[in-house]
Amino acid sequence: MALNPDFVGRTYPPAPAYLVGREKIREFARAVQLSDLVYFDVEVARARGYADLVAPPTYAIRLSMAAAEAVVMDPDLGLDYTRVVHGDQRFEYSRPIVAGDELVCSVTIDSIRSAAGNDMLTTRADIATVAGEHVVTSYSVLVARGTDDGDA
Amino acid sequence: MEIVEGLELPSRTFTVTRADLVRYAGASGDFNVIHWNERVAKDVGLPDVIAHGMLTMGLAIQVVTDWLNDPSRLLSYGCRFTRPVVVPDDSQGADVIVSGTVSSVADGVASVALRATCQDVTVLGKATAAIKVD
Repeated sequence: MALNPDFVGRTYPPAPAYLVGREKIREFARAVQLSDLVYFDVEVARARGYADLVAPPTYAIRLSMAAAEAVVMDPDLGLDYTRVVHGDQRFEYSRPIVAGDELVCSVTIDSIRSAAGNDMLTTRADIATVAGEHVVTSYSVLVARGTDDGDA
Repeated sequence: MEIVEGLELPSRTFTVTRADLVRYAGASGDFNVIHWNERVAKDVGLPDVIAHGMLTMGLAIQVVTDWLNDPSRLLSYGCRFTRPVVVPDDSQGADVIVSGTVSSVADGVASVALRATCQDVTVLGKATAAIKVD
């Protein structure tokens, strides 16, 4: 099923602010097997010039994927979420996320295209502090596999 | 440390077991069934349970950030999820081997091309990190 092209350029109102907690950072850092103490030990992080524990480089996915999911679940878009795989991911950083950041994430549908029977949707999630300081932008390509294609 | 084109970063091996997938699901909030349920994974045509692409991406970047000893120098990081990391139901799990090479240095920015393989299959495509250099 083709996706509704009218959705390109659409920006969605951000979800309520997300408060980055130390324990969530530690959990995530452990889950991606990080060992640098800058992710675990506040004193180490401060000694290295950070305000608090540093979030792992891919931590922003926690915010951006949740926000993007709300968008792609919009029934008018026409995306069959059961066939969706994460095709591509890119982060562009202004600075690392640190514990204590209060972040808002606004999602825009950057592009929609079809290739080889698959629909590809690029979302851009701009993550900034509540004061408006840009922190990181997360670009995700979601691929909805065509129904006639078993090995994509 | 001088960062020049062609410089090889120390490579690392990360082991991913089923328990690690459960841990990542909880930490990331990504509870997609194909990452923990073999029956569903096979139903949708996968050989077995597969790791979250974002888990592999999250592991791999340490080759860059640990080497720099400074995550704030990371300007961008991106990859394509080309092939899944298949994680068997045993205590060995799957090994992901990650290496990196400085592919260019210009205007205060170095690009690092990362290579991540599992059983000799490339699992991340076009994995690239841009870092600030002096």
